[in-house]
Amino acid sequence: MGEVNIVKLHGIGANPYSKRVEPALRIKGIPYEFIEEDLSNKSQLLLKSNPVYKKIPVLVHNEQPVVDSLIILEYIDETWKNAPQLLPDDPLERAKVRFWTSFIQQQLFEAMTRVVTCDGEIQAKAIDEVQGKMKVLEEGMKEVFPGSGSPSIDGDNLGLLDIMICSTFSPYKAYEEALGVKILDPERNPLVFCWVKALNELPLVKELYPPHDKLVALLKVVRENALRVSSST
Amino acid sequence: MAVVKLFGAWTSPYFYRVIWALKLKGIPYECIEEDLLNKSPLLLQYNPVHKKIPVLVHDGKPICESTIIPQYIEEIWPQPSLLPSDPYERAMARFWIKFADDKLILLALSPSISKMYRASGEEQEKAVKYILEMLETMEDHGLIGGKKFFGGDKISMVDMAFGAVAHWLGVIEDAAGLKIFEAHKFPRLQSWIQNFKEVPIIKENLTDRDKMFALLKRRREMLLASK
Repeated sequence: MGEVNIVKLHGIGANPYSKRVEPALRIKGIPYEFIEEDLSNKSQLLLKSNPVYKKIPVLVHNEQPVVDSLIILEYIDETWKNAPQLLPDDPLERAKVRFWTSFIQQQLFEAMTRVVTCDGEIQAKAIDEVQGKMKVLEEGMKEVFPGSGSPSIDGDNLGLLDIMICSTFSPYKAYEEALGVKILDPERNPLVFCWVKALNELPLVKELYPPHDKLVALLKVVRENALRVSSST
Repeated sequence: MAVVKLFGAWTSPYFYRVIWALKLKGIPYECIEEDLLNKSPLLLQYNPVHKKIPVLVHDGKPICESTIIPQYIEEIWPQPSLLPSDPYERAMARFWIKFADDKLILLALSPSISKMYRASGEEQEKAVKYILEMLETMEDHGLIGGKKFFGGDKISMVDMAFGAVAHWLGVIEDAAGLKIFEAHKFPRLQSWIQNFKEVPIIKENLTDRDKMFALLKRRREMLLASK
């Protein structure tokens, strides 16, 4: 014991990828320093740590950099083996968690990004896609949480799927207001809706997310910038 | 004894990743070849979300996706290990596997995807540039220090994730009449390809080059003729 653990997280406060790593560090009780990066002026440390992609978040643990939010989460789980565990013990359950994590990231999150950054027909198509995929997610989660039909939310015991759901859907009300688009519908997606509501009640989540108005403003800025870029190319 | 079944397609490097993992660990399995243009009801039942191969079925339970399946195999049958045990080395391995997955979509052989052998002109140029960038990153960042394999002395999941570069890329180049990988420009990568293909399990388990060349050439001719 008595091992020194210096943990720094390079990220951007409002960025959803950064928002995946912070809950994991906090619920495992890992002290860390958050370094806010400016994407238009990336720090030397960031560029050195992630020369291939030059992206955030980057976790630097005792000067060793780990990149990519999902890889960082598995790294945290394997390095700090204290409870709570982000991934279950059983290999088949782990495969299921990884599968749905990948689905949320590659299918849903990507389509939601298009909803935010595009307009016209491309946006309309993206909205349809998101709604279709939400249905698949809803069915999938019923399988992952059989019986009760909903995960029980314990603020001290969050897992990888809780973190993915939270970082993707927590700001759903802000999406609705900023874009006029309903991402999460209590009637069409009851399980995921209840799950997100329960997660949003947790003190940890309230602490990590900017207030609603700020989120709406942020989303609008992201959208304006994206539309301006695409119309000038 | 629990039965292991693997659904796949002979053209797919993603399928071969799983074959290599199973064979390197000496796990017996039953192979079910799928016709990707006419997928079996059983496959659709086991992978209803993506409807894709490979799918591993262990003891009747399906596991999907070519990055998730090898991790499952590693956790159930840990020896010989195909991932480092140190968490940091593991994170590095996962980084390179993800990089391979992100970049190698272009070499995936489903008819609608491979831009290199079907397209010509601007689309093909873009695809070629993209592949070159990937090769440069592998050469400059992945294989520094004259390592035999991506993880050091032993073959690992990272090498298997890049399998498409070692074998499939060459066939696509020939079918498309392109020369992208030049050995003298990528000396480390060239060594790695040789080391990788000399591993007995890999050598004995590579998709039939001539058969694939014929298929790709046919596909390319059909697609170019239909434009």
